[in-house]
Amino acid sequence: MTSSEPVVSVRDLRKTYGSFTALDGVSFDIARGETFALLGPNGAGKSTTIEILEGYRDRSGGEARVLGVDPGKGGLDWKARLGIVLQSTGESGNVTVREQLTHFAGYYPNARSVDEVIAAVGLEEKQKTLIRKLSGGQRRRVDVALGIIGRPELLFLDEPTTGFDPEARRQFWELIERLKREGTTILLTTHYLDEAAHLGDRAGVIAGGRLIDIGAIDELGGADARVPVVRWRENGVQHEERTTTPGALVARLGEPDDLQVIRPSLEDIYLTLVGTYEKSTEGALL
Amino acid sequence: MTTIDIPRLPAGRTLRLGVSRVGYEVKTYFRQGDSVFFTFLFPLVMLTIFSVAFSEQNFGPDDAPLSAAAYYLPGMLAAGLLLSGLQNMAIDIAGEKSDGTLKRFAGTPLPVLSYFIGKIGQVFVTGVLQAALLLLVARFVFQVDLPTEPQAWLTFAWVFVLGVTTSAILGIALSGLPRSGKSATAVIIPIALVLQFISGVYLTFTQLPEWLQNVASVFPLKWMAQGMRSVFLPSGYETLEAGGTWNLEGVAIVTAIWLVVGLVVTRMTFRWIRRDS
Repeated sequence: MTSSEPVVSVRDLRKTYGSFTALDGVSFDIARGETFALLGPNGAGKSTTIEILEGYRDRSGGEARVLGVDPGKGGLDWKARLGIVLQSTGESGNVTVREQLTHFAGYYPNARSVDEVIAAVGLEEKQKTLIRKLSGGQRRRVDVALGIIGRPELLFLDEPTTGFDPEARRQFWELIERLKREGTTILLTTHYLDEAAHLGDRAGVIAGGRLIDIGAIDELGGADARVPVVRWRENGVQHEERTTTPGALVARLGEPDDLQVIRPSLEDIYLTLVGTYEKSTEGALL
Repeated sequence: MTTIDIPRLPAGRTLRLGVSRVGYEVKTYFRQGDSVFFTFLFPLVMLTIFSVAFSEQNFGPDDAPLSAAAYYLPGMLAAGLLLSGLQNMAIDIAGEKSDGTLKRFAGTPLPVLSYFIGKIGQVFVTGVLQAALLLLVARFVFQVDLPTEPQAWLTFAWVFVLGVTTSAILGIALSGLPRSGKSATAVIIPIALVLQFISGVYLTFTQLPEWLQNVASVFPLKWMAQGMRSVFLPSGYETLEAGGTWNLEGVAIVTAIWLVVGLVVTRMTFRWIRRDS
């Protein structure tokens, strides 16, 4: 495998459960060192996609390569190069944070130092506490720590920051940025669009089992979706206008009340994308 | 398609990780209060209850009296093998299946064999400690005379090792039976309990109806209990056994057959996760 080859390559991926189609022809690549965010509503197929790539689920059709290997056939050598943070965990946790990390570090040929990982997830104070006695957010940090202890080339993060307080989320972002600088390739799913915008280089939006858009974070939705909105109030009446030349409009308006120029956030663009998709499928059903 | 040059993992790591798993498993076992009570201390509790409840009773002939503790010791040792192995493993692994532990392992380079080495090692360590505790309490609290001939302890050693291994493997094989971790105790404990009652652990085996003796003889616990009786009961008791013999060949053969059955079922059914659940 050369370094120019994608770390993850998915072509026309399909997954059906009986008559239900969970994934309906999804294709994308993730380049080495890239952070790719997979976005979409609940049940859209994000976790199905990520679990097929992790080797947890079989695919019904299409091609998938992860680090050059078919994930349905990946052996231990292959798993040693992955880091996986699953969406939910519920282990009994009768070991301390340090014991768990030390034990798991032994599974990997080139593990990170336990101290370094504990510090990276901010659990120094809790390292001698049994995992079952930690709060939900702290346990989630242990999951993340276990995901990175093996110094993975490719890290899967399935909704990693659910249950984090804002400070913990910021810390987590810093950790991911550090991993990115070290060259780790990351596949991230998240419901927090600010998180995707902050961490992602590119994103794909999945809805109803299909990839409805894919691109660099700041190009998602196309140029039209990014047209700024100018909002103001005149004689008590709220006005709103989308324009590619907001400066000219503002200059023309002078000093109206509550003047705002709003650039659509990733969240706005995402909601428009998913909303438009849902409308189009409703139409098809009628 | 390009050629794949994934670096190979170092050889010998399956065993090294297996040993590391044994330590981890033993540590977590003793931190789990309910398993310590229901599998580790249970035979000791039962031995104490029987010894105290029947302390006035003689279980032997008038000229060679036998205390309740001496009479029940072999059965409790056999029950310990079943509880530490089969019951403990089946419930433990069913729980790990449903709480996500196995799913996490499935995503790591931990070999399945290392996981099994850890489990069997845990059963072995806890089984040895349990047997030692039973023997110490029997000897020093209830004044049971333990055998002095090396031959008897040799028999004890092989019955113990074969029994504990078979019991552990059967537990792993049975761990797929409960549909969830929550139902595991409800499914597994009755199986273990019925086996104990029909296999001569709590009730004198030869006093059971013949058809029930025949049913029990299919399963390994009856044979493990018989092997333990051959070690700890006075030789005169051999005539009370079915066919008037300890039948140690039978003990070895039936237990070994179950060991093979357990290995085959485990090999065929054990998966880290159900891939299409």
